[in-house]
Amino acid sequence: MNLFSTFRVAILALLLNKMRSFLTVLGIIIGVGSVIAMVAIGEGAKAEVQRAFDKMGTNLLVIRSGSAQTSGVRGGAGSQPTLLWTDVDAIRKETLYVTKVSPSLRQNVQILGEGKNWTTSAEGTTPEYFEIRNWTFQYGGPFNEQDVTTKAKVAVLGGTVVDNLFGNAADAVGSTVRLNNVPFEVIGVLSRKGQAATGQDADDVVMVPAGTFAAKVQGGLRQYLGGSIYVGAATPEDTRKAQAEITTLLRARHKLRDDEPDDFTVSSLAEAASARQEGTETMTRLLAGIALVSLLVGGIGIMNIMLVSVTERTREIGLRMAIGARPGDILIQFVIEAVVLASVGGLLGVGLGFGVATYLSSEFGWATKIDPQIVALALGSSALVGVGFGLYPAHKASRLDPIQALRYE
Amino acid sequence: MTEPILEATDLVKTYTMEDVEVRALRGVSLAVRPGEFVSIMGTSGSGKSTMMNILGCLDRPTSGSYKLAGKEVSKLGRGDLATVRNKVLGFVFQSFNLLARTSAQENVELPMVYAGVPAGERHERAIASLEKVGLGKRLDHTPAQLSGGQQQRVAIARAIVNRPKVILADEPTGNLDSRTSIEIMALFQELGRSGITIVLVTHEPDIAEFTSRVVMMRDGKVLSDVTQNPTDARAALANYKEGDA
Repeated sequence: MNLFSTFRVAILALLLNKMRSFLTVLGIIIGVGSVIAMVAIGEGAKAEVQRAFDKMGTNLLVIRSGSAQTSGVRGGAGSQPTLLWTDVDAIRKETLYVTKVSPSLRQNVQILGEGKNWTTSAEGTTPEYFEIRNWTFQYGGPFNEQDVTTKAKVAVLGGTVVDNLFGNAADAVGSTVRLNNVPFEVIGVLSRKGQAATGQDADDVVMVPAGTFAAKVQGGLRQYLGGSIYVGAATPEDTRKAQAEITTLLRARHKLRDDEPDDFTVSSLAEAASARQEGTETMTRLLAGIALVSLLVGGIGIMNIMLVSVTERTREIGLRMAIGARPGDILIQFVIEAVVLASVGGLLGVGLGFGVATYLSSEFGWATKIDPQIVALALGSSALVGVGFGLYPAHKASRLDPIQALRYE
Repeated sequence: MTEPILEATDLVKTYTMEDVEVRALRGVSLAVRPGEFVSIMGTSGSGKSTMMNILGCLDRPTSGSYKLAGKEVSKLGRGDLATVRNKVLGFVFQSFNLLARTSAQENVELPMVYAGVPAGERHERAIASLEKVGLGKRLDHTPAQLSGGQQQRVAIARAIVNRPKVILADEPTGNLDSRTSIEIMALFQELGRSGITIVLVTHEPDIAEFTSRVVMMRDGKVLSDVTQNPTDARAALANYKEGDA
């Protein structure tokens, strides 16, 4: 008996009892459906987190000054400036995996423009910073290296600052704003990033050349760099290597003995991102566990109904044997029937999952993402459940004695 | 004399039911030549059903030899017996045993499905077979849409479709009225004339009259084995119209 006719016989047998077949696979439909839907939501959330971190800049390291320790009282990170301006150049020149380096000095300032005022975060930096952090421009452009060295009084505004000072973003470029009463010429407006992954408004910022910032805004730290250093690398792998490189380099430059702790921290955004992803990953694993249980329950339902079916069709089995079906033919027939049953359940479940995911994303704006791998996995495991739970009833059918089966009432 | 197509020698069959030994066959020998139309008669408990099951390769004897078409089959396993049943034998049962909600044509195709006959040839042969039993116009009817006599004709069409050497019929007229019974016997006689060997189990002497040899069994042994001139079922049918009610 070839496989095609076996499939046909199995489908016909299931169609004879449509309602019963449907109820039998309902467990699998709901199990697979809920898993597809929930994984779609989980994957959607994961993709959302990934996008947020991508906006902040990928393959990024942040070097902060270490904590100050005075008479046993330890301040937090950055409580004492330990990073030097020369560290920036050293990192640029003496490392292999670092592609971009930029200082970032931050301080809250009051900004005045067009007769309005606003308190925001001023950031002193270099042109490379825009590349490291994936900043693009809506109007105008960034300042250049020369502006940094000549301490030019130019500024780049974030979207939120523009909103609060100007009616129209296009008017901002070319106008003058005052930071702590020092006039700056606006040369660019940043494209919006929205809320950062950390929850802050990434657009509430005004950027000025690092040299200007040190001289006019921050003041008085001389060779120390009163902020952090941002470092970019080419790939996640390079980022990890750069992290080790920088640690070694800075320890040597800061003349730390082996038993002394680092007086700086090198943290990577990838680490923070993966920590967040781990949360969703745990969720996904939990869902997979629920899927397994629901498939198991569905499988038991299938086994139950297959046993009923074998008993009901005892005479048919006897007849098939009498006219030449080998035990193997009977076995395959019933296994295929269980597989068809389970796979149809899996397919309907995938359909249900799609439906629910689409509904959730359209109705509530939830980010959902359907992974073809999960769909394949769901279908594959339902078919496997069919084989697993169909085997026992099928074996029972194939061991029937044809004489007794033919006489069965 | 031609070689026997069925040759059973000293068949013994013993069942153990709840520690009690039942000796269903106590040394039965039977040889049937090609083209013979044999009826096996006997009361219930005579061993005729057991005999039929062994002849039909559905069961194996406890001891003794059974050669079918020259080949010893009494020691074959389940799978090989199934192949023998499929290729050499055709079955007709008292209760027809057609698949419900399945068309006559598909019922007849079933043995060929297990023989691995391609679909196109299966359809052709099933149709030819149904035409042979006079149901060429009822290919799409399901058993529920057919009378008892018609259902048994479908079963006969199914039995002959794989071109068997022997047809085994177990009380084929047991569920039919007497007129339809004679019609079915006429069909069997027709098949016998075309060269198929037929072995039939019945407890009705009227039915045995249409066969060419009557084997009487009692207590697991052959009581008598008589060759006779069979009554022509066609003629009986013609008389039936005028005669009995």
